[in-house]
Amino acid sequence: MPTSNNQRPDPDLLLAKVKQQEAQARRGKLRIYFGSSAGVGKTYAMLVAARKIESEGRTVLVGVVETHGRAETAALLEGLDILPSKAVSHRGKTLTEFDLDAALLRHPDLILVDELAHSNAPGMRHPKRWQDVDELLAAGIDVFSTLNVQHLESLNDVVGGITNVRVWETVPDKVFDAADEVVLVDIPADELLARLKAGKVYVAQQAERAVNHFFRKGNLMALRELALRRTADRVEGDVQAYRVDQSIESVWKTATALLTCIGPGAGAERVVRAAALLASQLSTDWHAIYVETPDLQRLSAARREKILATLNLAQQLGATTAVIANAQIAESIISYARSHNLSKLVIGRDPIRRLWPWQRSSGQRLAMLAPDIDLIEIGRAEGAAQKDSREVAAAPPMPEADSSDRRKAKGLRYLWAALACIGVTLASFPLAAHFDRSNIVAVFILTVVLVAVRFGRGPAALAAILSVGAFDFFFVPPRFSFAVSDVQYLLTFFIMLAVGLITGQLTAGLRFQARVASHREERAGSLYEIARDLSAAVQVEQVVKISDESIQRTFRASAALLLPDASGRLVVRTPNLDVKHPDAGLAVEIGTAQWAFDRGQPAGFSTDTLPGSEVLYIPLRAPTKARGVLAVKAHNRRLLRIPEQRQLLDTFAALIAIALERVHYVALAQDALLKMESERLRNSLLAALSHDLRTPLTALVGLAESLALTAPKLSTVQLETAEAIQEEARRMSTLVSNLLDMARIESGEVTLNLQWQPLEEVVGAALDAARGMLQRHHVEVRIPRDLPLVKIDAVLIERVLVNLLENVSKYTPPGSTVTLSAGVIGDRLSVSVADNGPGLPAGQEEAVFQKFTRGEREPATPGVGLGLSICRAIIESHQGKIVAAQRPGGGAIFTFTLPIGNPPVPAIEAEAQAADG
Amino acid sequence: MAEPLPVAILIEDERQIRRFVRTALETEGWVVHEAETMRQGLTDAGTRKPDLIILDLGLPDGDGVEFLHDLRGWSKVPVIVLSARVNEQDKIEALDAGADDYLTKPFGIGELLARVRAASRRRMEAGAEVGSVFEFGDVKVDFSLRTAHKGGKPIHLTPIEYRLLSLLIANAGKVLTHRQILREVWGPAHSEDGHYVRVYMGHLRHKLEDDPTQPKHILTETAVGYRLVQAARS
Repeated sequence: MPTSNNQRPDPDLLLAKVKQQEAQARRGKLRIYFGSSAGVGKTYAMLVAARKIESEGRTVLVGVVETHGRAETAALLEGLDILPSKAVSHRGKTLTEFDLDAALLRHPDLILVDELAHSNAPGMRHPKRWQDVDELLAAGIDVFSTLNVQHLESLNDVVGGITNVRVWETVPDKVFDAADEVVLVDIPADELLARLKAGKVYVAQQAERAVNHFFRKGNLMALRELALRRTADRVEGDVQAYRVDQSIESVWKTATALLTCIGPGAGAERVVRAAALLASQLSTDWHAIYVETPDLQRLSAARREKILATLNLAQQLGATTAVIANAQIAESIISYARSHNLSKLVIGRDPIRRLWPWQRSSGQRLAMLAPDIDLIEIGRAEGAAQKDSREVAAAPPMPEADSSDRRKAKGLRYLWAALACIGVTLASFPLAAHFDRSNIVAVFILTVVLVAVRFGRGPAALAAILSVGAFDFFFVPPRFSFAVSDVQYLLTFFIMLAVGLITGQLTAGLRFQARVASHREERAGSLYEIARDLSAAVQVEQVVKISDESIQRTFRASAALLLPDASGRLVVRTPNLDVKHPDAGLAVEIGTAQWAFDRGQPAGFSTDTLPGSEVLYIPLRAPTKARGVLAVKAHNRRLLRIPEQRQLLDTFAALIAIALERVHYVALAQDALLKMESERLRNSLLAALSHDLRTPLTALVGLAESLALTAPKLSTVQLETAEAIQEEARRMSTLVSNLLDMARIESGEVTLNLQWQPLEEVVGAALDAARGMLQRHHVEVRIPRDLPLVKIDAVLIERVLVNLLENVSKYTPPGSTVTLSAGVIGDRLSVSVADNGPGLPAGQEEAVFQKFTRGEREPATPGVGLGLSICRAIIESHQGKIVAAQRPGGGAIFTFTLPIGNPPVPAIEAEAQAADG
Repeated sequence: MAEPLPVAILIEDERQIRRFVRTALETEGWVVHEAETMRQGLTDAGTRKPDLIILDLGLPDGDGVEFLHDLRGWSKVPVIVLSARVNEQDKIEALDAGADDYLTKPFGIGELLARVRAASRRRMEAGAEVGSVFEFGDVKVDFSLRTAHKGGKPIHLTPIEYRLLSLLIANAGKVLTHRQILREVWGPAHSEDGHYVRVYMGHLRHKLEDDPTQPKHILTETAVGYRLVQAARS
């Protein structure tokens, strides 16, 4: 009858474990209750579903639910667990917000978070509620939420156009599309209007007029159609995604990827939204680029900021973004599209304002350059311009510390251009007598070209105009008058002006290209430098110093590294502060940094998380794990918004992370080497000590004993002396053994020789070893026969038992009874040694296990009091516990417990029976 | 002419230990040759026809296990190993390499002489055929009938228990390591399953010992192996 081996893992246990791991790793599911407008009953439907789920035994928490005073909805909240909201004061007002941290801490199975499009009060972790929801999902919590159609990012313009009411709180389509389930809550327009009349729809007092405008039947029907269609799109998307998953069409996806271009003009956002919508309908990737030409570089800081904000919007909508510096817009767009295999181009339509018949719209130019690429032109809304100006005004003013300097330098360049013209005029004056005027014209043209090369386009234009004027005034007859006698000079003037302007334009383009190239080289150079410096670093301090210097040099930013300590808490590491720090007090918020570190996501400035912060926190992700956080505060904050700069910074962060990891492993390897070396040294020292101390003791014991064997026989007194010598030598030997054992165990380097042992055998061996000490004691052993095997180091456990028995023999009078018993309690084996002697001194139950502690009385018994502390060390190394206590009937009891594990008994029994038969 | 005195070779580098061991052995009538190094010990073992070798494992010029491998190539003389080390692995290696018994320093003369007597008795009996009946305590094992009795009552033994008991009796007085027992009783495939031996020893003790928790005959050498003692200790 072979029984299964108990060492095999229990499959049920395994399954439970796997399930548990899955639950930890699992992302929560998002269900959105989607409606055409307020009042259709989304919250009501959500609460009904939540109550049902709670009745199925899962934990449901109400995160935020707006009842808007509706009694039916409030009734549904009855009995549900509601999370208290968090009070935030903002500009003197107290706002209540969803408490994300409390929700994460509670970790329910399901949480209800109403109004997905809600914008959080400034100072909350995320600016938007959908980001809170994302974090809840990432923590494995299921979420129910609600959303109205006009809050969908891509439909924002459309709904605005229909209803003339623009909402500013939007949710990116990717959130809606990524939701696991969308439940459409739908009622006909008439019914909704009836509910509105009955006062069942919440209308805020101050917005009543706008709302009345909004709730017109025509609007409601249009919104309803939008909601239905969007839901239908999603359903179709589900089906398509399923088909794609099942087949091999994934290559096809990249081939249809979109490229959209962001321009400086109004309505760029509209183009981006349209592209996002198109990309989601085609379910493809998309890119958004901004081509920065010299003209565009001269735009005001606010407008450039606006362009970057649009780029950021594109990124949030799921685009891959880039900024390309190139004077040739069309060519660079096409080359980007080709290199990234993008076959569709989405651009905004140029305003119709053609100066010259040969001037072509950007669409036409692109079409000529790349006839094979599909071109989609998006119309620009009229109202866009107004909206733009408002947003620009709302954007925080950028610190432009160097703008006045730049203006001064600019003025100086024009001054130099003017001076050059005056100089040339003066120099040419004497030449006029000897040379032909056409040569003088050449001198002026040369000047304009040189000015263009040296000072750029504007000064070149100035120089061209001044040159024409000076030439006319001083050299063309009639001289010293602007009047022109000969009409042919008009042609000369025109050519001079044209040459000046064209060369100016050309050189400016060249200078721009050169600057772009030098920027690029600078970037490559700084990357090379930091990579080289970091590769030489062998200590964390060096990495900190190098990162700080490189970032300061490359980004003109203050940086700090935050590295985790042993417990995973971040600590700011700065290089020596005496280094000149333009902004030494980089106010690092540890909480934000810790969040970035724990989640492995950037936080702070220009990210989704706490964007109000001035400091950007980038986690240092190395191949094995996050190694810390890089905090950066740029003096010119726009710099960090430019995608190229951010990418460069991310590359820096990656390099720093790898350097930190390398340093970490170097340190680890050194530690290990040191540890091995010291362990080897300790072991050989202990072995030598053991040998050197025991050898003379052996001789002493043996020689003392051999005295008794000598002839002629010794006298009784002499014999007793010999016996005493022998006894003392043995005591000494025990002492040495104890000390050496303690040293070995203390060092934590004892390797247990764990074997499955019957306790009975170990007890037998211990009793045999303690036989001499217990000669005058009664020994009782109570060990049940069916005790399971226990996995122990038999030598050490025998040692524990011998020490406990020795303890009894020392502290109890002869004739006492010592009882050794064992039994199973739960999943542990319990063994106790009890006596009926005087017991322990009161309150000393714990102290007896301390080193060099002995019972209160000082009896004439040997020992340094190491015995019990050795016992404790041995038992603890077996994951067991040992305690001392008073026995109720008098005497002391020492009990130790050991984990049982899965003893391999059944296999043995089976074999025994098989052999028997 | 009287029987020649038994010869012992004592290989030990510590003079004082040699001195008392020699004294002890000589009172028992042994002729003792001392060797300070392993090399000299090996030469003596080859030339002096010893009846017993006492070998210290911690010699300056070599490893005792190597000595045993060399010796066992051509001699079956009993070897008692002296070890100052606490590490059981050294003892196991020495026993597996062919040592008959061991003593851990410090040891008393009483222990030494008991081991010496057991070893020389085994050497004497090695020549003679093991009798068909073996007795220890009140246990009587009859090999011809394959039966065991305790206090006159028949005891049922499983085949494995019987093989185990036979092995212990054949090596009475000598320490058998776990590995030796496993190899002999279960076969070489089981040489790592040490708990088999421990469990069956427990069965044997319950059947043959008066008090299995304080055995008098089937003794445990903790972490090393077992030894069957014929005459119960006082």
